[in-house]
Amino acid sequence: MNAATEGLLAGLIILGALFVLLGSIGLARLPDFLTRLHGPTKATTLGVGALLLASAIFFSTRESTGISLHELAILLFLFITAPVTAHLLAKAALHRQSSTEQRTRMRRETNKKS
Amino acid sequence: MIGRILPRPLLSLTVLLLWVVISSSVTPGLLLLGSVLAVAVPLLTRSFWPNPPRLVRPWQALRFLGIFAADIVTANWRVARQVIGPLQRLSPAFIEVPLDLRDPFVATLLASVVSLTPGTVAIDLDQQRWILLVHALDAPDPQALARAIKKRYERPLREIFAC
Repeated sequence: MNAATEGLLAGLIILGALFVLLGSIGLARLPDFLTRLHGPTKATTLGVGALLLASAIFFSTRESTGISLHELAILLFLFITAPVTAHLLAKAALHRQSSTEQRTRMRRETNKKS
Repeated sequence: MIGRILPRPLLSLTVLLLWVVISSSVTPGLLLLGSVLAVAVPLLTRSFWPNPPRLVRPWQALRFLGIFAADIVTANWRVARQVIGPLQRLSPAFIEVPLDLRDPFVATLLASVVSLTPGTVAIDLDQQRWILLVHALDAPDPQALARAIKKRYERPLREIFAC
């Protein structure tokens, strides 16, 4: 493994970790349930994506093993399941009428009345 | 005959490819087992796919995947800045996106794409009126965002699956 690959790997890992961290900060800082939901979805897409890409490159460039594609499968499964969890959480929140920030424009309510 | 054994060739191919990727070595035995799975899984799950949509334009699907990946990166930067910036400036909103498509599977795909793109989460699909309810983290102009979703994601998906 040469220096350029190592630099690329380090960059990808830092980028991935940064976005997972930002997702967690969003989860902690944002005001209500539905806005908090945006943090984790972001962490899964780019954050975990970059980490998995780094892992795939690392194991592919080692001499002993061949091309590693496990990570692609993980990414595919994540991308299929993440929206489902987000959808179910959001639906549960709507059913329980969890308190929404006053600023959130409730277009839904106004439409219901009309 | 071939349609009886392989009702959904694309799904079979996907299962076989996934099998090869997961086992990450190609030996005759593994390929045989993968082929058995590739035939069995679509047959066993057939009842869950009442009317599978046809992938009409595969090349456009690849192009759509590219646009989608680029959107994830750009939207991530934007949302990352919003998360660490002042939260008072955010204007979260529920947005109703009236859909032109009428296929449950393609609607699921559209909702997943909307959810995976940071900043927007698909919450509900009204199947009577075909309206997708989306929650956006920051949408000063909800109408513009609804139009953007329709133009950027719904139209290509409708072309890809011809529905």
